[in-house]
Amino acid sequence: MPASAASVLDALGDATRRTILERLLAGPTAVGVLADQLPISRPAVSQHLRVLKEAELVVESVAGTRHLYRINPAGFEVVRGYFGRFWAATLTNFAALAEAEAARPHPEQQET
Amino acid sequence: MSTQPGTQPDNEVLVVRTVRVPIPPERAFELFTARMTEFWPSEHSIGSSAIAEVVVEPSAGGRWFERGVDGSECDWGQVAHWNPPGELVLLWQLGADWTFDPTLRTEVEVDFTTDGAGGTLVELRHRHLERYGEQAETLRGIFDSPGGWRGILAQFVERAGQVGD
Repeated sequence: MPASAASVLDALGDATRRTILERLLAGPTAVGVLADQLPISRPAVSQHLRVLKEAELVVESVAGTRHLYRINPAGFEVVRGYFGRFWAATLTNFAALAEAEAARPHPEQQET
Repeated sequence: MSTQPGTQPDNEVLVVRTVRVPIPPERAFELFTARMTEFWPSEHSIGSSAIAEVVVEPSAGGRWFERGVDGSECDWGQVAHWNPPGELVLLWQLGADWTFDPTLRTEVEVDFTTDGAGGTLVELRHRHLERYGEQAETLRGIFDSPGGWRGILAQFVERAGQVGD
């Protein structure tokens, strides 16, 4: 089941979690490496990653004994949802304008 | 309206929306480009004042911008392909927080095809949305602006039931 918009918004509503996402844009990263880069403890990093995972913005994979986290491309469903709704609304407006336009003759098509 | 799968084999992220209009492609193309002001959702302005006009300059390489009621102009992108009456490609260079970012190049491809009955099928693809994820700066823009992404997204979540998906 896709993450709800509310859980995505909550996950992104925290500056540390946004920082973690930015770090993950560089590539898959282990918890310990993130903890070294950030002024917070490793358990705190794990807690933020759990929230990001629940919002489906990151995914976890296991490489040997290391747990790597990476950006989840499916998280871009939020971006798609945003633009999908934007263009749906815009094209609905466009169709209404075109229908009004169809109701009156085009100057080039007027017969004399 | 229809939706197609959003991820292509090359990991392109896009949205597709189609609508049928009861005017031929020549008039649909002209209406879409010359009178964008009249159908653009007016709350989507990036300028310091309300939108007076949305301008698509009618040639490849032309500007795509808004002019505010105070006369100020804000770039949105540019015209990549201008092939009336069938094809228009605009470069959309706005972050999701509605600020112009010249390094961001997403594409709005609009195809106008006759439906054989005097009308036109308008097919709009907003392509390469994955590019929002390529730049940390852009991502920060999407996520960070309190009046931007979160606010706009929240509005769209509210309206989702009204406009469909």
